[in-house]
Amino acid sequence: MKKRLVLLMALSLTFAFPGAVMAEENTTEETAEAASEEADVKSEGVMTHDEYLAAAVDDEVVIETYVQAKQSWWEDKATLYTQDKDGAYFIYNMPCSEEEYDKLVPGTKIKVTGYKAEWSGEIEVADVSSFEIEDGEYVAEPLDVTDLLGKDELIDHQNELVSFKGMTVEAAGQDADGNDVAYLYNYDGSGSEGDDLYFNVSLDGETYTFTVESYLCDKDSDVYKAVEALNIGDKIDMEGFLYWYEGVNPHITSVTAAE
Amino acid sequence: MMTKKHKFPGKKLLVLALAAVLAAGLSGCHGAKEQSAFSIPEEFDTSKNYEITFWAKNDTNKTQTEIYKKAISDFEALYPNITVDLRLYTDYGKIYNDVITNIATETTPNVCITYPDHIATYLTGNDTVVPLDDLMADESYGLGGSKLEFDSVKSDEIIPQFLEECSFAGHYYALPFMRSTEVCYVNKTYVEKLGYTLPETLTWDFVWEVSEKAMEQNADGTYKINGQNVLIPFIDKSTDNMMIEMLKQKNAGYSTDSGEIQLFNDTTTDLLYTIADHVKTGAFSTFKISSYPANFLNAGQCIFAIDSTAGATWMGTHAPLVDISSDALVDFETEVMTIPQFDPENPQMISQGPSVCVFNKKDSQEVLASWLFTQYLLTNEVQTAYSETEGYVPVTSKAQESDQYQDYLSREGEDNSTYYDVKIKASKTLLENVDHTFVTPVFNGSASLRDAAGQLIENVTKSVRRKQEIDADYIDQLYSDVTSLYHLDQISASETSGKADLGPLPVESKILLVSLGAVWFFILLYLLLEKRKSRK
Repeated sequence: MKKRLVLLMALSLTFAFPGAVMAEENTTEETAEAASEEADVKSEGVMTHDEYLAAAVDDEVVIETYVQAKQSWWEDKATLYTQDKDGAYFIYNMPCSEEEYDKLVPGTKIKVTGYKAEWSGEIEVADVSSFEIEDGEYVAEPLDVTDLLGKDELIDHQNELVSFKGMTVEAAGQDADGNDVAYLYNYDGSGSEGDDLYFNVSLDGETYTFTVESYLCDKDSDVYKAVEALNIGDKIDMEGFLYWYEGVNPHITSVTAAE
Repeated sequence: MMTKKHKFPGKKLLVLALAAVLAAGLSGCHGAKEQSAFSIPEEFDTSKNYEITFWAKNDTNKTQTEIYKKAISDFEALYPNITVDLRLYTDYGKIYNDVITNIATETTPNVCITYPDHIATYLTGNDTVVPLDDLMADESYGLGGSKLEFDSVKSDEIIPQFLEECSFAGHYYALPFMRSTEVCYVNKTYVEKLGYTLPETLTWDFVWEVSEKAMEQNADGTYKINGQNVLIPFIDKSTDNMMIEMLKQKNAGYSTDSGEIQLFNDTTTDLLYTIADHVKTGAFSTFKISSYPANFLNAGQCIFAIDSTAGATWMGTHAPLVDISSDALVDFETEVMTIPQFDPENPQMISQGPSVCVFNKKDSQEVLASWLFTQYLLTNEVQTAYSETEGYVPVTSKAQESDQYQDYLSREGEDNSTYYDVKIKASKTLLENVDHTFVTPVFNGSASLRDAAGQLIENVTKSVRRKQEIDADYIDQLYSDVTSLYHLDQISASETSGKADLGPLPVESKILLVSLGAVWFFILLYLLLEKRKSRK
């Protein structure tokens, strides 16, 4: 009887999965469309994204935003990439239990109270005093910022989910034998597998350094393996979060051959 | 790019692992218990193969990685039956956390770069770290031993102060590998532009005064000294060290050797008030709050940058390693000075840098193989090569006095890479001040106390920036919060250093033992009398 039940459940899951995926895609698209049509309505006492940007560093900020990706959880503190319709918020070391962290799936709406901080150009919400999960969902679509590379306007999209199209892989450095390599473990090759990956990509004669952040995407992730498989000269499309460290330093989450 | 703030060590398993280690330690040992599991084999067995793991720390520096690899390769050539597997870290904290996690699963490395503070925690596990006293003194395989395959350093050739830093609870638990200290990298050009002349020895008063003077602004809000919108005249990389060094210079309490916490005292409070005053004007900030001092210094946005001598290659206009864009670099003269002092006649600065410890294993031959490699790291070739990668100094007089190292020092400023002047000046500052360095007491919990010392400055700095009032009530609450955060109220002097000599037994214990002895005596006496009776 139990075997039959398991078989039935497995079959039902098999049939249900594609439907669920399609439903999820539809829901995501619908949500994104709906969100793009409507401005985020903030609760009382909550800042708009513009007000957040206008706040001074070290001001207390209250925001409502949607989780897009989770970087890490450590000692009951979570670091998150979040975004609403109008812009992104990087949330650093937000106190939360493991149980709460598990609930923070992409799209989850949260209200966060903390302090605005800046570290090497990266604007973030730090020293979070409270957060709560609210009703609502929004999953951002990546914004193509390829044409903004090298321009001042790029910083307007800091921490957003973005994409880069048709960029060429350049040498990131040399190996011990002096041969050019497409990526490095750590910025100078001093690391080993499992550390952050650094690789260079160019467009219109300008070269940029992108990173696979190993806490966001570890060595077993598709993107980590994809970068390890890159060859100099490859043309690739990428997605990731527009992180900042003394200049733009995207945390790449997806690499595919250029379309 | 340097390691980022957003990189923090470890995994959630750490908490459980640490609890497991502590539990094992508490149930398995009582202070003076010796590490009896390891005894030195008479002969190193060359007929069997040994694979040992070496967890090493580098400063995100490819050259250091290459030196480790070469040392391993050279060592393996001398001992073909030993293979050394290198695992690289760029952060002491992550090594610490991973070791603790692996103590719980009995998968510690064989050889590990570490800090003595961390070893004190490792020792709460049973027989984890090998005491090196007997190994060091062994005629065959000890320092300068007769059966070694390399020109080993002798015991008296290790700089005594550096070696003593690895001794606590009555044993040597590590060998020093490299030593560094903190220095102040100064934009001398800006100091003189502000109308000041650098004193022979930097003082706190001087640094604060110049920093405040630098805050003068033009009508458009830019700073007069650099014409930019950004200026933090004084940034300290390690607020842990900042508080520890200030307290030491003031001869104020921090902790006793046995682990009594003395951090929360009136001098600490006064120092925090002073720091708060300079945060309020914008003259001071910290690495954790603002970013790397080097980035600000090189952009002309900082005048006094306190950082390790091991960070010297990032400092200055012509630094070989730079994180900011080339168009943001500003041209200035960099002076390397001892950290600011309260009493310039009696300068004091912290001694820091990596040490190496050996973890215990069931196979004593494997431990001996680990010890041989540990010792190899102190040979001249490794010492001089590694020390030249940053503002480190070799830990042996043998390496320091070698022709190669002396030649290196004499070529200060020949280029902006190997002989980068700021780097060599940083090393020379430590070499000239070894007698003025100090370390803090090591005990189980000393690593937390160190973090707590820095947290005081970090919290005050943040609070001032957020317009909070720093008064007596604030300080009381701060001390309470930090005590709780770092569990300092759970550290007791009697629990320090897992294997510490606990001294004479308490009177109660003596009475109990005497009573037990007396009871056994009377039981035996009774049995003897009964036996006699039965014979009769």
